[in-house]
Amino acid sequence: MKYIDEYRNKDLIMKLADQIGKSVRRDYTFMEVCGGHTAAIHRFGIPSLLPGNVKLVSGPGCPVCVTGTDFIDKAIAYSKMDEVIICTFGDLLRVPGSTSSLEKERAAGADIRIVLSGLEALEIARIDSDKKVIFLGIGFETTAPGTAVTIKLAEKNYIKNFFLLSAHKVMPPAMEAIIKEGVNLDGFICPGHVATITGSKAFNFIPEKYNLSSVITGFEPADILQSILMLIQQVNRNTHIVEIQYNRAVNVNGNTVAQRHLSEVFEPCDAQWRGFGVISSSGLRLRRVFERFNIENNIPVQISFQEDNELCICGEILRGLKTPDDCTLFADICIPENPSGACMVSNEGSCNTYYRYRLTK
Amino acid sequence: MNDFISLNQGSGGKLTHELIEKVFVKRFGMAEPLTDSAILKDSGFTFAFTTDSYVVDPLFFPGGNIGKLAVCGTVNDLAVSGAVPMYIAVSFIIEEGFPMNDLVAIAESMAEEALKSGVKIVTGDTKVVDKGKCDKLFITSSGTGILNPDMEHISSGNRIKPGDKLIINGPLGNHAIAVLGARNKLSFSTPVTSDCASLNHLISSVLHSCKEIRFMRDLTRGGLATVLNELAGMIGSGIIIDEASVPVDDPVRGLCEMLGFDPLYLANEGKVLIVVGAGEEIKVLDILRRDLLGKYSEIIGEIITDKRNLVVLNTSAGGKRILDMPSGQQLPRIC
Repeated sequence: MKYIDEYRNKDLIMKLADQIGKSVRRDYTFMEVCGGHTAAIHRFGIPSLLPGNVKLVSGPGCPVCVTGTDFIDKAIAYSKMDEVIICTFGDLLRVPGSTSSLEKERAAGADIRIVLSGLEALEIARIDSDKKVIFLGIGFETTAPGTAVTIKLAEKNYIKNFFLLSAHKVMPPAMEAIIKEGVNLDGFICPGHVATITGSKAFNFIPEKYNLSSVITGFEPADILQSILMLIQQVNRNTHIVEIQYNRAVNVNGNTVAQRHLSEVFEPCDAQWRGFGVISSSGLRLRRVFERFNIENNIPVQISFQEDNELCICGEILRGLKTPDDCTLFADICIPENPSGACMVSNEGSCNTYYRYRLTK
Repeated sequence: MNDFISLNQGSGGKLTHELIEKVFVKRFGMAEPLTDSAILKDSGFTFAFTTDSYVVDPLFFPGGNIGKLAVCGTVNDLAVSGAVPMYIAVSFIIEEGFPMNDLVAIAESMAEEALKSGVKIVTGDTKVVDKGKCDKLFITSSGTGILNPDMEHISSGNRIKPGDKLIINGPLGNHAIAVLGARNKLSFSTPVTSDCASLNHLISSVLHSCKEIRFMRDLTRGGLATVLNELAGMIGSGIIIDEASVPVDDPVRGLCEMLGFDPLYLANEGKVLIVVGAGEEIKVLDILRRDLLGKYSEIIGEIITDKRNLVVLNTSAGGKRILDMPSGQQLPRIC
């Protein structure tokens, strides 16, 4: 299959693994920020191809994992109201709120539907015009433009029963928060799909302000190994720049059409990240002209927020400070069927990928 | 377990097993291991006996419909136990207002499939329920067949040894993706046809010529990964699978890449896993490949000694990882 097979070519991969082996001179720690990378790394068994002194840590780039408990609680509160349909991406279903999950509420009778895009939710709103349809907008620069276009279409077509509960976020402020936290890193495997939208320029602050290496990376095994090699070479040369490995999709300026839709519909706001707390200017909220689509303005809900399981270390895992092995709940009490924390829920969460794919503890 | 049944408990993975163990097996006192067919002995004869319900949505999909699925599924459950499928009973739960033409079309394809696979539909039942009390049409199909006592080991896998080879009869995931596409919730159509087919003739030609068939199982709900994990647990060994040799058609792979699904977990309705003693795998492969239903058969792995009963995947990229039992439904990912 085009764009897949050539990047999964075993000979090429072995050659890259061999070059990495020959290039290492010391210990290296790189963070893959994006959950898609975490999943690919484990799905393809990349750790088994790396020398012991190259360590990969997972970052906060799984949108499901960083979505706060309060967001799930709000969505559940809305799902319990009469004449409401909740539309959500599938992997949000199992995320634990304070006392329940969307999946449990659905089993108990709430009208909660899985959609693959905001447009699908808009279509449901058009058909079920006597109900309020609430789309749970989560995701980074990759999914937020789709929501922006959906909102514009709802406006254009006078669809009055479509609403958004937004937890959309942007990635660079979280990466900066990690650096400021003092996580010991040599560089970032930067999120390829986010960069497709933002362009590589969004990551220039990493070398410029913090002297760290960055490579914008694709999602196939050869992409990831080549990027690790590029990062090692940057560190060895003591040069710190943003390089684009994923150049079949990413350029310096990104997708300006998507950027325009985003900035027309959304404006930056402070946002709650699971594990981090509030990060300034890291969220996206609807601009005033589109405010009527904001469900929280239309029907405010009260939720009684409860703390996450105090033994759960998802927060520290998302900040790259700990790995799932450091967690006393991991694989014992916290399993994919009954997750204690969000990192066990999504296919792209660190704990979930460790649990499913890794050969040894 | 939760207070209410969730869809995950019907997905064929860990949660389905837990439900069956805790609610049913405990009360019914069934003999373990739980296999696709019960093996019953009476008056010097050995029978296989099986039952299954069909609730597929939509009822018609590329490559089949709910009726063909019911016949094939029952035939296959019996055939993979090593039995010769003979008689089938079918029950229909029909929603008020269901189109008569659709019911006739479904019945015709059941008759056609029964003729093709050489089984007789001998008894049945019909219930019509109020509109809204069931989703269009549900079918339950039960079947029985004679089991040659020499084949009794096949459903239990108790003769499997390290070194035995694993074979499947073609590409995985076509049924799941065909149904997903037909469900119209995806805003694109896929050129994928369900693999829905009765495998009894194919299996019979293998059993007829090969003496070292150790185990067979059809790869339905939960896919190959589920069957491999059940098998590893049942026989107390490890299994190693070579990802590159597992056939998957390009359109299925493409959709899986897009939705974040793994084809090894997707449902099939015309695929069988065969475990064969080392040395006889090429012969089995040759026989399978002579049949249209086995044209793309491949050897995909082998049984190994491993106290942890792990299923390990040698990835096509050259790495190694666990191939775990699925837990709950596969959820389409956000990005």
